[in-house]
Amino acid sequence: MKYKLLSFARQIGLLLLVVWTVVSLVTLLIELVPGSPATAILGDQATTEQINNFNQKHGLDKPAFFFSYKEEGFDWHGANNRYMDYWIGLLQGDLGTSFRTDRPVLGMILERYPSTIMLALASMIVAISIAVPLGVLAGTNKGTLIDNASSFVALLGISLPTFVIGPFLVYLFAVKLGWFSPTGSANPEDIILPAVTLGAALSAILTRMVRSSVIEELGEDYVRTARAKGLSERKVIYKHVLKNGLIPVVTILGLQLGVLLAGAIITEKIFNWQGLGLLLLDDGIGKRDYRLVQGCVLVISVTYILANSLTDLVYRWLDPRIRLS
Amino acid sequence: MNRLTYIGLAIAAVFILTAIFAPFIATHDTTAQDLMMRYAPVSAAHWFGTDALGRDVFSRVVYGARISLEVGIIVVVVSSFIGVFLGAVAGFYGGWVDKFLSGYLFNVFLAFPGLLLAIALVAFLGAGLGKLILALCIIGWVGYARVMRGQVLKVREYDFVQAARALGASNFRILFTHILPNAIQPLIVQASLGMAGAVLSEASLSFLGLGIPPPAPSWGTMIEEGRGFDILYNAPHVLFFPALAIALTVLAFNFLGDGLREYLDPKQRSR
Repeated sequence: MKYKLLSFARQIGLLLLVVWTVVSLVTLLIELVPGSPATAILGDQATTEQINNFNQKHGLDKPAFFFSYKEEGFDWHGANNRYMDYWIGLLQGDLGTSFRTDRPVLGMILERYPSTIMLALASMIVAISIAVPLGVLAGTNKGTLIDNASSFVALLGISLPTFVIGPFLVYLFAVKLGWFSPTGSANPEDIILPAVTLGAALSAILTRMVRSSVIEELGEDYVRTARAKGLSERKVIYKHVLKNGLIPVVTILGLQLGVLLAGAIITEKIFNWQGLGLLLLDDGIGKRDYRLVQGCVLVISVTYILANSLTDLVYRWLDPRIRLS
Repeated sequence: MNRLTYIGLAIAAVFILTAIFAPFIATHDTTAQDLMMRYAPVSAAHWFGTDALGRDVFSRVVYGARISLEVGIIVVVVSSFIGVFLGAVAGFYGGWVDKFLSGYLFNVFLAFPGLLLAIALVAFLGAGLGKLILALCIIGWVGYARVMRGQVLKVREYDFVQAARALGASNFRILFTHILPNAIQPLIVQASLGMAGAVLSEASLSFLGLGIPPPAPSWGTMIEEGRGFDILYNAPHVLFFPALAIALTVLAFNFLGDGLREYLDPKQRSR
Protein backbone atom coordinates (compact mmCIF):
# COMPACT_ATOMS: atom_id res chain seq x y z
CA MET A 1 0.00 0.00 0.00
CA LYS A 2 2.81 2.33 0.92
CA TYR A 3 4.57 1.61 -2.36
CA LYS A 4 1.36 2.11 -4.25
CA LEU A 5 0.86 5.55 -2.76
CA LEU A 6 4.49 6.41 -3.36
CA SER A 7 4.36 5.45 -7.01
CA PHE A 8 1.09 7.33 -7.39
CA ALA A 9 2.64 10.41 -5.79
CA ARG A 10 5.67 10.12 -8.04
CA GLN A 11 3.47 9.97 -11.09
CA ILE A 12 1.52 13.03 -10.04
CA GLY A 13 4.80 14.79 -9.30
CA LEU A 14 6.14 13.99 -12.74
CA LEU A 15 2.87 15.08 -14.32
CA LEU A 16 3.04 18.46 -12.58
CA LEU A 17 6.68 18.84 -13.62
CA VAL A 18 5.85 18.10 -17.24
CA VAL A 19 2.92 20.50 -17.24
CA TRP A 20 5.08 23.19 -15.66
CA THR A 21 7.73 22.72 -18.34
CA VAL A 22 5.20 22.82 -21.15
CA VAL A 23 3.60 26.00 -19.82
CA SER A 24 7.01 27.60 -19.38
CA LEU A 25 8.06 26.65 -22.90
CA VAL A 26 4.85 28.00 -24.39
CA THR A 27 5.15 31.20 -22.38
CA LEU A 28 8.69 31.79 -23.49
CA LEU A 29 8.15 30.76 -27.13
CA ILE A 30 6.60 34.11 -27.85
CA GLU A 31 10.04 35.62 -27.29
CA LEU A 32 11.24 33.82 -30.41
CA VAL A 33 9.05 35.93 -32.71
CA PRO A 34 11.33 37.85 -35.06
CA GLY A 35 10.83 41.55 -34.44
CA SER A 36 8.07 42.33 -31.97
CA PRO A 37 4.46 41.10 -31.83
CA ALA A 38 3.32 44.73 -31.92
CA THR A 39 4.82 45.45 -35.35
CA ALA A 40 3.62 42.07 -36.60
CA ILE A 41 0.06 42.97 -35.65
CA LEU A 42 0.01 46.73 -36.29
CA GLY A 43 2.23 46.73 -39.37
CA ASP A 44 5.32 48.75 -40.25
CA GLN A 45 3.37 51.97 -40.51
CA ALA A 46 2.37 51.95 -36.83
CA THR A 47 3.41 55.00 -34.81
CA THR A 48 5.49 54.68 -31.66
CA GLU A 49 2.46 55.70 -29.64
CA GLN A 50 0.33 52.93 -31.14
CA ILE A 51 3.05 50.40 -30.47
CA ASN A 52 3.48 51.57 -26.89
CA ASN A 53 -0.28 51.41 -26.30
CA PHE A 54 -0.42 47.91 -27.73
CA ASN A 55 2.50 46.75 -25.61
CA GLN A 56 1.01 48.26 -22.50
CA LYS A 57 -2.39 46.73 -23.11
CA HIS A 58 -0.97 43.24 -23.48
CA GLY A 59 1.71 43.56 -20.83
CA LEU A 60 4.44 43.37 -23.46
CA ASP A 61 6.22 46.43 -22.01
CA LYS A 62 7.40 44.38 -19.06
CA PRO A 63 10.59 42.31 -19.10
CA ALA A 64 10.19 38.77 -20.44
CA PHE A 65 11.61 36.85 -17.51
CA PHE A 66 13.06 37.24 -14.03
CA PHE A 67 16.42 38.22 -15.47
CA SER A 68 18.01 38.95 -18.79
CA TYR A 69 21.56 38.65 -19.96
CA LYS A 70 23.36 41.52 -21.56
CA GLU A 71 27.03 42.15 -22.20
CA GLU A 72 27.44 43.81 -18.82
CA GLY A 73 26.12 40.70 -17.12
CA PHE A 74 22.84 39.47 -15.68
CA ASP A 75 20.12 42.03 -15.22
CA TRP A 76 17.63 41.21 -12.47
CA HIS A 77 14.04 42.36 -13.12
CA GLY A 78 12.16 40.92 -10.16
CA ALA A 79 8.80 39.22 -10.15
CA ASN A 80 7.03 41.85 -12.27
CA ASN A 81 7.63 40.12 -15.58
CA ARG A 82 5.67 38.54 -18.45
CA TYR A 83 6.43 34.99 -17.39
CA MET A 84 4.91 35.56 -13.96
CA ASP A 85 2.00 37.47 -15.48
CA TYR A 86 1.13 34.54 -17.69
CA TRP A 87 1.28 32.12 -14.77
CA ILE A 88 -0.80 34.35 -12.49
CA GLY A 89 -3.40 34.71 -15.26
CA LEU A 90 -3.34 31.01 -15.94
CA LEU A 91 -3.96 30.09 -12.32
CA GLN A 92 -6.97 32.40 -12.37
CA GLY A 93 -8.25 30.76 -15.55
CA ASP A 94 -7.17 33.63 -17.78
CA LEU A 95 -5.18 32.87 -20.92
CA GLY A 96 -4.84 36.51 -21.85
CA THR A 97 -6.55 38.65 -24.47
CA SER A 98 -6.38 37.99 -28.18
CA PHE A 99 -4.03 40.40 -29.97
CA ARG A 100 -6.46 40.65 -32.87
CA THR A 101 -9.98 40.49 -31.52
CA ASP A 102 -9.45 41.72 -27.94
CA ARG A 103 -11.56 38.80 -26.76
CA PRO A 104 -10.44 36.53 -23.93
CA VAL A 105 -8.45 33.65 -25.44
CA LEU A 106 -10.02 31.10 -23.12
CA GLY A 107 -13.49 31.97 -24.38
CA MET A 108 -12.41 31.60 -28.00
CA ILE A 109 -10.90 28.20 -27.21
CA LEU A 110 -13.90 26.95 -25.26
CA GLU A 111 -16.14 27.79 -28.21
CA ARG A 112 -14.16 25.46 -30.45
CA TYR A 113 -13.09 22.79 -27.99
CA PRO A 114 -16.30 20.69 -28.13
CA SER A 115 -16.07 20.29 -31.94
CA THR A 116 -12.55 18.93 -31.68
CA ILE A 117 -13.42 16.54 -28.85
CA MET A 118 -16.46 15.38 -30.81
CA LEU A 119 -14.30 14.72 -33.86
CA ALA A 120 -11.72 12.83 -31.79
CA LEU A 121 -14.37 10.65 -30.14
CA ALA A 122 -16.10 9.96 -33.45
CA SER A 123 -12.82 8.88 -35.00
CA MET A 124 -12.21 6.62 -32.02
CA ILE A 125 -15.55 4.93 -32.57
CA VAL A 126 -14.66 4.48 -36.25
CA ALA A 127 -11.30 3.03 -35.29
CA ILE A 128 -12.68 0.57 -32.74
CA SER A 129 -15.42 -0.67 -34.99
CA ILE A 130 -12.88 -1.40 -37.71
CA ALA A 131 -10.05 -2.69 -35.53
CA VAL A 132 -11.73 -5.14 -33.17
CA PRO A 133 -13.37 -7.38 -35.79
CA LEU A 134 -10.38 -7.14 -38.15
CA GLY A 135 -7.86 -7.81 -35.37
CA VAL A 136 -9.81 -10.80 -34.04
CA LEU A 137 -10.17 -12.17 -37.55
CA ALA A 138 -6.43 -11.83 -38.18
CA GLY A 139 -5.42 -13.17 -34.78
CA THR A 140 -7.63 -16.25 -34.92
CA ASN A 141 -6.47 -16.99 -38.47
CA LYS A 142 -2.79 -16.38 -37.82
CA GLY A 143 -0.51 -16.92 -40.80
CA THR A 144 -3.33 -17.28 -43.31
CA LEU A 145 -4.20 -15.07 -46.24
CA ILE A 146 -6.76 -13.21 -44.10
CA ASP A 147 -4.07 -12.41 -41.56
CA ASN A 148 -1.58 -11.17 -44.14
CA ALA A 149 -4.19 -9.10 -45.90
CA SER A 150 -5.32 -7.43 -42.70
CA SER A 151 -1.70 -6.76 -41.69
CA PHE A 152 -1.12 -5.14 -45.04
CA VAL A 153 -4.23 -2.99 -44.74
CA ALA A 154 -3.12 -1.99 -41.24
CA LEU A 155 0.34 -1.00 -42.44
CA LEU A 156 -1.25 0.98 -45.24
CA GLY A 157 -3.41 2.79 -42.71
CA ILE A 158 -0.40 3.68 -40.61
CA SER A 159 1.69 4.85 -43.53
CA LEU A 160 -0.89 6.88 -45.39
CA PRO A 161 -0.82 10.39 -44.00
CA THR A 162 -4.01 12.16 -43.01
CA PHE A 163 -3.57 14.70 -45.76
CA VAL A 164 -3.49 11.92 -48.35
CA ILE A 165 -6.44 9.93 -46.98
CA GLY A 166 -8.58 13.05 -46.45
CA PRO A 167 -8.49 14.46 -49.99
CA PHE A 168 -8.81 10.91 -51.34
CA LEU A 169 -12.02 10.40 -49.37
CA VAL A 170 -13.28 13.79 -50.53
CA TYR A 171 -12.51 12.81 -54.11
CA LEU A 172 -14.30 9.48 -53.78
CA PHE A 173 -17.32 10.32 -51.62
CA ALA A 174 -17.88 14.00 -52.33
CA VAL A 175 -16.64 14.54 -55.88
CA LYS A 176 -17.36 11.20 -57.54
CA LEU A 177 -20.26 9.76 -55.55
CA GLY A 178 -21.65 12.99 -54.13
CA TRP A 179 -22.72 11.36 -50.86
CA PHE A 180 -21.25 13.95 -48.54
CA SER A 181 -20.37 17.60 -48.73
CA PRO A 182 -16.61 18.03 -49.11
CA THR A 183 -16.10 20.43 -46.20
CA GLY A 184 -17.88 22.10 -43.33
CA SER A 185 -19.62 21.05 -40.15
CA ALA A 186 -23.18 22.19 -40.73
CA ASN A 187 -24.96 18.83 -41.03
CA PRO A 188 -24.68 15.87 -38.65
CA GLU A 189 -23.34 13.56 -41.37
CA ASP A 190 -20.51 15.98 -42.11
CA ILE A 191 -18.54 14.39 -39.30
CA ILE A 192 -18.23 11.04 -41.11
CA LEU A 193 -15.47 11.86 -43.59
CA PRO A 194 -13.26 13.72 -41.09
CA ALA A 195 -13.80 10.97 -38.50
CA VAL A 196 -12.78 8.25 -40.93
CA THR A 197 -9.77 10.29 -42.04
CA LEU A 198 -8.60 10.91 -38.50
CA GLY A 199 -9.44 7.38 -37.34
CA ALA A 200 -7.72 5.52 -40.18
CA ALA A 201 -4.24 5.50 -38.66
CA LEU A 202 -5.61 4.67 -35.23
CA SER A 203 -7.66 1.77 -36.56
CA ALA A 204 -4.53 0.41 -38.21
CA ILE A 205 -2.53 0.59 -34.99
CA LEU A 206 -5.40 -0.93 -33.01
CA THR A 207 -5.83 -3.77 -35.48
CA ARG A 208 -2.24 -4.78 -34.95
CA MET A 209 -2.62 -4.54 -31.18
CA VAL A 210 -5.82 -6.60 -31.10
CA ARG A 211 -4.23 -9.19 -33.37
CA SER A 212 -1.11 -9.73 -31.28
CA SER A 213 -3.15 -9.61 -28.08
CA VAL A 214 -5.51 -12.28 -29.36
CA ILE A 215 -2.60 -14.48 -30.47
CA GLU A 216 -0.94 -14.11 -27.08
CA GLU A 217 -4.10 -14.78 -25.06
CA LEU A 218 -5.07 -17.78 -27.17
CA GLY A 219 -1.98 -19.54 -25.85
CA GLU A 220 -3.01 -19.08 -22.19
CA ASP A 221 -4.21 -21.87 -19.93
CA TYR A 222 -7.59 -20.32 -19.23
CA VAL A 223 -8.46 -20.56 -22.91
CA ARG A 224 -7.80 -24.29 -22.81
CA THR A 225 -9.99 -24.54 -19.72
CA ALA A 226 -12.75 -22.58 -21.36
CA ARG A 227 -12.59 -24.79 -24.44
CA ALA A 228 -12.42 -27.93 -22.29
CA LYS A 229 -15.64 -27.05 -20.53
CA GLY A 230 -17.29 -26.97 -23.90
CA LEU A 231 -17.71 -23.27 -24.65
CA SER A 232 -18.18 -22.38 -28.27
CA GLU A 233 -15.16 -20.82 -29.97
CA ARG A 234 -17.14 -17.62 -30.37
CA LYS A 235 -17.76 -17.41 -26.63
CA VAL A 236 -14.13 -18.24 -25.86
CA ILE A 237 -12.97 -15.40 -28.02
CA TYR A 238 -15.50 -12.73 -27.24
CA LYS A 239 -16.02 -13.50 -23.57
CA HIS A 240 -12.58 -14.53 -22.42
CA VAL A 241 -9.85 -13.70 -24.87
CA LEU A 242 -11.05 -10.24 -25.83
CA LYS A 243 -11.67 -9.26 -22.24
CA ASN A 244 -8.04 -9.85 -21.36
CA GLY A 245 -6.69 -8.96 -24.73
CA LEU A 246 -8.22 -5.51 -24.67
CA ILE A 247 -6.12 -4.28 -21.75
CA PRO A 248 -3.19 -3.12 -23.89
CA VAL A 249 -5.68 -1.81 -26.41
CA VAL A 250 -7.18 0.49 -23.80
CA THR A 251 -3.75 1.97 -23.20
CA ILE A 252 -3.12 2.59 -26.85
CA LEU A 253 -6.58 4.08 -27.15
CA GLY A 254 -5.93 6.52 -24.34
CA LEU A 255 -2.52 7.44 -25.64
CA GLN A 256 -4.06 7.96 -29.04
CA LEU A 257 -6.73 10.31 -27.74
CA GLY A 258 -3.92 12.79 -27.32
CA VAL A 259 -2.51 11.98 -30.74
CA LEU A 260 -5.98 12.43 -32.22
CA LEU A 261 -6.35 15.83 -30.63
CA ALA A 262 -3.01 16.93 -32.04
CA GLY A 263 -3.58 15.20 -35.38
CA ALA A 264 -6.99 16.78 -35.66
CA ILE A 265 -5.21 19.97 -36.71
CA ILE A 266 -4.58 18.59 -40.20
CA THR A 267 -7.97 16.91 -40.49
CA GLU A 268 -9.74 20.08 -39.44
CA LYS A 269 -7.81 21.99 -42.08
CA ILE A 270 -8.77 19.49 -44.81
CA PHE A 271 -12.47 19.51 -43.99
CA ASN A 272 -12.68 23.05 -42.70
CA TRP A 273 -13.93 21.58 -39.41
CA GLN A 274 -14.41 24.44 -36.98
CA GLY A 275 -12.37 23.04 -34.12
CA LEU A 276 -9.39 24.01 -32.04
CA GLY A 277 -6.88 23.08 -34.74
CA LEU A 278 -8.43 25.41 -37.27
CA LEU A 279 -8.57 28.16 -34.63
CA LEU A 280 -4.83 27.66 -34.08
CA LEU A 281 -4.01 27.62 -37.79
CA ASP A 282 -6.29 30.25 -39.26
CA ASP A 283 -6.98 32.71 -36.45
CA GLY A 284 -3.77 32.11 -34.50
CA ILE A 285 -0.86 31.43 -36.81
CA GLY A 286 -2.47 32.84 -39.96
CA LYS A 287 -3.22 36.20 -38.35
CA ARG A 288 -0.13 36.20 -36.13
CA ASP A 289 -2.27 36.33 -33.03
CA TYR A 290 0.50 34.99 -30.82
CA ARG A 291 -1.54 35.13 -27.63
CA LEU A 292 -4.13 32.88 -29.22
CA VAL A 293 -1.41 30.53 -30.50
CA GLN A 294 -0.04 30.26 -26.97
CA GLY A 295 -3.46 29.43 -25.59
CA CYS A 296 -4.26 26.82 -28.25
CA VAL A 297 -0.89 25.08 -27.97
CA LEU A 298 -1.22 25.07 -24.21
CA VAL A 299 -4.74 23.64 -24.15
CA ILE A 300 -4.01 20.97 -26.77
CA SER A 301 -0.79 19.82 -25.12
CA VAL A 302 -2.20 19.79 -21.60
CA THR A 303 -5.21 17.78 -22.79
CA TYR A 304 -2.77 15.40 -24.47
CA ILE A 305 -0.67 15.01 -21.35
CA LEU A 306 -3.69 14.53 -19.08
CA ALA A 307 -5.18 11.92 -21.44
CA ASN A 308 -1.91 10.00 -21.35
CA SER A 309 -1.59 10.08 -17.59
CA LEU A 310 -5.17 9.08 -17.08
CA THR A 311 -4.71 6.10 -19.39
CA ASP A 312 -1.67 5.06 -17.47
CA LEU A 313 -3.66 5.08 -14.24
CA VAL A 314 -6.55 3.13 -15.79
CA TYR A 315 -4.10 0.63 -17.18
CA ARG A 316 -2.50 0.08 -13.79
CA TRP A 317 -5.90 -0.34 -12.23
CA LEU A 318 -7.04 -2.80 -14.90
CA ASP A 319 -4.04 -5.08 -14.84
CA PRO A 320 -3.02 -6.22 -11.34
CA ARG A 321 0.33 -7.47 -12.61
CA ILE A 322 1.36 -3.92 -13.38
CA ARG A 323 -0.20 -2.62 -10.17
CA LEU A 324 1.87 -4.96 -8.03
CA SER A 325 5.16 -4.49 -9.78
CA MET B 1 13.68 -10.78 -44.07
CA ASN B 2 10.22 -10.98 -45.56
CA ARG B 3 9.03 -9.87 -48.95
CA LEU B 4 7.65 -6.54 -47.74
CA THR B 5 11.10 -5.57 -46.50
CA TYR B 6 12.55 -6.06 -49.96
CA ILE B 7 9.70 -4.11 -51.51
CA GLY B 8 10.42 -1.35 -49.01
CA LEU B 9 14.11 -1.47 -49.83
CA ALA B 10 13.42 -1.27 -53.56
CA ILE B 11 11.05 1.70 -53.26
CA ALA B 12 13.42 3.47 -50.89
CA ALA B 13 16.24 2.94 -53.40
CA VAL B 14 14.15 4.38 -56.23
CA PHE B 15 13.28 7.36 -54.02
CA ILE B 16 16.92 8.02 -53.11
CA LEU B 17 18.16 7.63 -56.69
CA THR B 18 15.38 9.91 -57.95
CA ALA B 19 16.42 12.54 -55.43
CA ILE B 20 20.10 12.29 -56.35
CA PHE B 21 19.61 12.29 -60.11
CA ALA B 22 16.65 14.68 -60.16
CA PRO B 23 18.23 17.09 -62.69
CA PHE B 24 18.65 14.24 -65.17
CA ILE B 25 15.19 12.76 -64.61
CA ALA B 26 13.07 15.90 -64.56
CA THR B 27 11.70 16.86 -67.96
CA HIS B 28 10.86 20.49 -67.22
CA ASP B 29 11.92 23.35 -65.00
CA THR B 30 9.98 22.97 -61.72
CA THR B 31 9.02 26.64 -61.50
CA ALA B 32 8.52 27.35 -65.21
CA GLN B 33 4.91 28.51 -65.62
CA ASP B 34 2.84 28.04 -68.75
CA LEU B 35 -0.54 29.64 -68.22
CA MET B 36 -1.79 28.33 -71.56
CA MET B 37 -1.33 24.82 -70.20
CA ARG B 38 -3.12 25.05 -66.84
CA TYR B 39 -4.38 21.73 -65.49
CA ALA B 40 -3.29 19.89 -68.63
CA PRO B 41 -4.05 16.18 -68.29
CA VAL B 42 -1.50 13.40 -68.37
CA SER B 43 0.19 13.35 -71.79
CA ALA B 44 3.45 12.50 -73.53
CA ALA B 45 4.71 16.04 -73.00
CA HIS B 46 3.62 16.18 -69.34
CA TRP B 47 3.76 12.66 -67.89
CA PHE B 48 1.89 13.63 -64.71
CA GLY B 49 0.01 16.58 -66.26
CA THR B 50 0.36 20.20 -65.15
CA ASP B 51 -0.86 22.20 -62.15
CA ALA B 52 -2.72 25.49 -61.65
CA LEU B 53 0.18 27.50 -63.05
CA GLY B 54 0.93 25.10 -65.87
CA ARG B 55 3.99 23.72 -64.13
CA ASP B 56 5.03 20.16 -64.94
CA VAL B 57 3.84 17.90 -62.10
CA PHE B 58 6.27 15.09 -62.94
CA SER B 59 9.31 17.33 -62.59
CA ARG B 60 7.96 18.81 -59.38
CA VAL B 61 7.36 15.36 -57.89
CA VAL B 62 10.91 14.35 -58.87
CA TYR B 63 12.42 17.43 -57.24
CA GLY B 64 10.09 16.96 -54.29
CA ALA B 65 11.95 13.73 -53.57
CA ARG B 66 15.09 15.81 -53.21
CA ILE B 67 13.51 18.11 -50.61
CA SER B 68 12.10 15.15 -48.68
CA LEU B 69 15.40 13.25 -48.76
CA GLU B 70 17.39 16.31 -47.76
CA VAL B 71 15.13 17.08 -44.80
CA GLY B 72 14.89 13.39 -43.87
CA ILE B 73 18.63 12.75 -43.85
CA ILE B 74 19.57 15.90 -41.95
CA VAL B 75 16.84 15.33 -39.37
CA VAL B 76 17.73 11.65 -38.89
CA VAL B 77 21.47 12.34 -38.62
CA VAL B 78 21.23 15.32 -36.28
CA SER B 79 18.51 13.94 -34.04
CA SER B 80 20.14 10.50 -33.84
CA PHE B 81 23.44 12.11 -32.78
CA ILE B 82 21.73 14.09 -30.03
CA GLY B 83 19.60 11.12 -29.03
CA VAL B 84 22.44 8.61 -29.01
CA PHE B 85 24.62 10.89 -26.95
CA LEU B 86 21.98 11.72 -24.33
CA GLY B 87 20.60 8.19 -24.24
CA ALA B 88 24.06 6.69 -23.85
CA VAL B 89 25.00 9.11 -21.10
CA ALA B 90 21.75 8.42 -19.24
CA GLY B 91 22.10 4.67 -19.50
CA PHE B 92 25.79 4.53 -18.73
CA TYR B 93 26.06 6.89 -15.79
CA GLY B 94 22.72 6.10 -14.18
CA GLY B 95 22.03 7.81 -10.84
CA TRP B 96 20.94 11.44 -10.84
CA VAL B 97 22.15 11.94 -14.43
CA ASP B 98 19.71 9.26 -15.56
CA LYS B 99 17.02 10.58 -13.22
CA PHE B 100 17.29 14.01 -14.79
CA LEU B 101 17.65 12.87 -18.40
CA SER B 102 15.29 9.93 -18.71
CA GLY B 103 13.10 10.70 -15.71
CA TYR B 104 12.52 14.32 -16.62
CA LEU B 105 13.86 15.50 -19.96
CA PHE B 106 12.86 12.47 -22.06
CA ASN B 107 9.47 12.38 -20.40
CA VAL B 108 8.81 16.02 -21.16
CA PHE B 109 9.57 15.53 -24.84
CA LEU B 110 7.63 12.27 -24.98
CA ALA B 111 4.68 13.93 -23.28
CA PHE B 112 4.48 16.74 -25.82
CA PRO B 113 2.68 15.92 -29.07
CA GLY B 114 5.51 16.13 -31.62
CA LEU B 115 3.67 17.69 -34.52
CA LEU B 116 2.12 20.34 -32.28
CA LEU B 117 5.54 21.29 -30.91
CA ALA B 118 6.89 21.56 -34.45
CA ILE B 119 3.89 23.67 -35.47
CA ALA B 120 4.35 25.91 -32.44
CA LEU B 121 8.07 26.36 -33.09
CA VAL B 122 7.58 27.20 -36.75
CA ALA B 123 4.64 29.47 -35.89
CA PHE B 124 6.83 31.57 -33.65
CA LEU B 125 10.12 31.30 -35.57
CA GLY B 126 8.61 31.74 -39.03
CA ALA B 127 8.62 29.32 -41.97
CA GLY B 128 11.72 28.18 -43.86
CA LEU B 129 13.84 25.12 -44.56
CA GLY B 130 16.36 25.69 -41.75
CA LYS B 131 13.70 26.38 -39.13
CA LEU B 132 11.69 23.39 -40.27
CA ILE B 133 14.71 21.12 -39.87
CA LEU B 134 15.45 22.63 -36.46
CA ALA B 135 11.88 22.00 -35.32
CA LEU B 136 11.92 18.40 -36.57
CA CYS B 137 15.23 17.72 -34.81
CA ILE B 138 13.87 19.12 -31.57
CA ILE B 139 10.96 16.71 -31.68
CA GLY B 140 12.93 13.82 -33.20
CA TRP B 141 15.86 13.12 -30.90
CA VAL B 142 13.95 11.65 -27.98
CA GLY B 143 13.02 8.44 -29.81
CA TYR B 144 16.68 7.65 -30.36
CA ALA B 145 17.58 8.60 -26.82
CA ARG B 146 15.05 6.21 -25.35
CA VAL B 147 16.16 3.29 -27.51
CA MET B 148 19.81 4.02 -26.83
CA ARG B 149 19.36 4.24 -23.08
CA GLY B 150 17.69 0.85 -22.96
CA GLN B 151 20.42 -0.68 -25.08
CA VAL B 152 23.23 0.78 -23.01
CA LEU B 153 21.59 -0.40 -19.80
CA LYS B 154 21.63 -3.90 -21.23
CA VAL B 155 25.08 -3.92 -22.83
CA ARG B 156 26.95 -2.33 -19.93
CA GLU B 157 26.38 -5.47 -17.86
CA TYR B 158 28.07 -7.74 -20.40
CA ASP B 159 31.35 -9.44 -19.55
CA PHE B 160 33.45 -7.65 -22.12
CA VAL B 161 32.50 -4.33 -20.55
CA GLN B 162 33.56 -5.62 -17.13
CA ALA B 163 36.78 -6.85 -18.73
CA ALA B 164 37.48 -3.45 -20.25
CA ARG B 165 36.83 -1.85 -16.88
CA ALA B 166 39.19 -4.31 -15.19
CA LEU B 167 41.85 -3.39 -17.73
CA GLY B 168 41.52 0.20 -16.56
CA ALA B 169 39.76 1.71 -19.59
CA SER B 170 38.28 5.15 -19.01
CA ASN B 171 34.52 5.66 -18.90
CA PHE B 172 34.69 7.53 -22.18
CA ARG B 173 36.57 4.69 -23.85
CA ILE B 174 34.24 2.05 -22.46
CA LEU B 175 31.17 3.95 -23.56
CA PHE B 176 32.28 4.88 -27.06
CA THR B 177 34.48 1.98 -28.15
CA HIS B 178 32.93 -0.93 -26.30
CA ILE B 179 29.30 -0.23 -25.50
CA LEU B 180 28.15 1.93 -28.41
CA PRO B 181 29.14 -0.39 -31.29
CA ASN B 182 27.29 -3.19 -29.55
CA ALA B 183 24.22 -1.14 -28.78
CA ILE B 184 23.73 0.51 -32.14
CA GLN B 185 21.67 -2.16 -33.93
CA PRO B 186 18.14 -1.12 -32.91
CA LEU B 187 19.04 2.41 -33.95
CA ILE B 188 19.07 1.28 -37.55
CA VAL B 189 15.41 0.39 -37.14
CA GLN B 190 14.73 3.69 -35.40
CA ALA B 191 16.53 5.57 -38.18
CA SER B 192 14.44 3.92 -40.88
CA LEU B 193 11.20 4.69 -39.04
CA GLY B 194 12.60 8.16 -38.26
CA MET B 195 13.15 8.77 -41.95
CA ALA B 196 9.50 7.96 -42.62
CA GLY B 197 8.52 10.24 -39.73
CA ALA B 198 10.68 13.12 -40.92
CA VAL B 199 9.40 12.91 -44.51
CA LEU B 200 5.86 12.82 -43.17
CA SER B 201 6.36 15.73 -40.78
CA GLU B 202 7.97 17.87 -43.46
CA ALA B 203 5.05 17.21 -45.79
CA SER B 204 2.53 17.83 -42.98
CA LEU B 205 4.05 21.18 -42.10
CA SER B 206 4.34 22.17 -45.75
CA PHE B 207 0.74 21.09 -46.24
CA LEU B 208 -0.27 23.42 -43.42
CA GLY B 209 1.73 26.20 -45.05
CA LEU B 210 4.28 26.13 -42.24
CA GLY B 211 7.07 24.30 -44.02
CA ILE B 212 9.06 25.15 -47.08
CA PRO B 213 7.46 28.16 -48.77
CA PRO B 214 6.32 27.94 -52.40
CA PRO B 215 7.34 27.76 -55.20
CA ALA B 216 9.66 25.02 -53.87
CA PRO B 217 8.13 21.69 -54.94
CA SER B 218 7.50 20.11 -51.54
CA TRP B 219 5.07 17.21 -51.78
CA GLY B 220 3.03 18.59 -48.88
CA THR B 221 2.65 21.96 -50.61
CA MET B 222 1.66 20.25 -53.85
CA ILE B 223 -1.06 18.26 -52.07
CA GLU B 224 -2.34 21.43 -50.45
CA GLU B 225 -2.46 23.13 -53.85
CA GLY B 226 -4.34 20.25 -55.44
CA ARG B 227 -7.05 19.53 -52.90
CA GLY B 228 -9.67 22.15 -53.78
CA PHE B 229 -13.05 20.76 -54.83
CA ASP B 230 -12.88 22.12 -58.38
CA ILE B 231 -9.35 20.87 -58.88
CA LEU B 232 -10.28 17.43 -57.55
CA TYR B 233 -13.21 17.42 -59.94
CA ASN B 234 -11.40 18.58 -63.06
CA ALA B 235 -7.75 17.68 -62.53
CA PRO B 236 -7.30 15.02 -59.84
CA HIS B 237 -3.79 14.29 -61.16
CA VAL B 238 -2.50 17.45 -59.47
CA LEU B 239 -3.22 15.80 -56.11
CA PHE B 240 -2.77 12.17 -57.06
CA PHE B 241 0.91 12.02 -58.01
CA PRO B 242 2.45 13.87 -55.05
CA ALA B 243 0.10 11.93 -52.74
CA LEU B 244 1.24 8.67 -54.30
CA ALA B 245 4.88 9.71 -53.97
CA ILE B 246 4.60 10.51 -50.29
CA ALA B 247 2.51 7.45 -49.51
CA LEU B 248 5.01 5.15 -51.24
CA THR B 249 8.01 6.75 -49.59
CA VAL B 250 6.57 6.62 -46.09
CA LEU B 251 5.32 3.08 -46.69
CA ALA B 252 8.75 2.01 -47.95
CA PHE B 253 10.65 3.24 -44.92
CA ASN B 254 8.04 1.76 -42.59
CA PHE B 255 8.29 -1.62 -44.35
CA LEU B 256 12.06 -1.40 -44.12
CA GLY B 257 12.03 -0.47 -40.45
CA ASP B 258 9.54 -3.20 -39.57
CA GLY B 259 11.45 -5.82 -41.56
CA LEU B 260 14.76 -4.85 -39.99
CA ARG B 261 13.23 -4.95 -36.54
CA GLU B 262 12.01 -8.48 -37.11
CA TYR B 263 15.32 -9.47 -38.63
CA LEU B 264 17.36 -8.05 -35.77
CA ASP B 265 15.11 -9.32 -33.01
CA PRO B 266 14.90 -13.13 -33.10
CA LYS B 267 12.05 -13.11 -30.59
CA GLN B 268 9.81 -11.31 -33.08
CA ARG B 269 10.82 -13.49 -36.00
CA SER B 270 8.78 -16.47 -34.91
CA ARG B 271 5.57 -14.46 -34.57
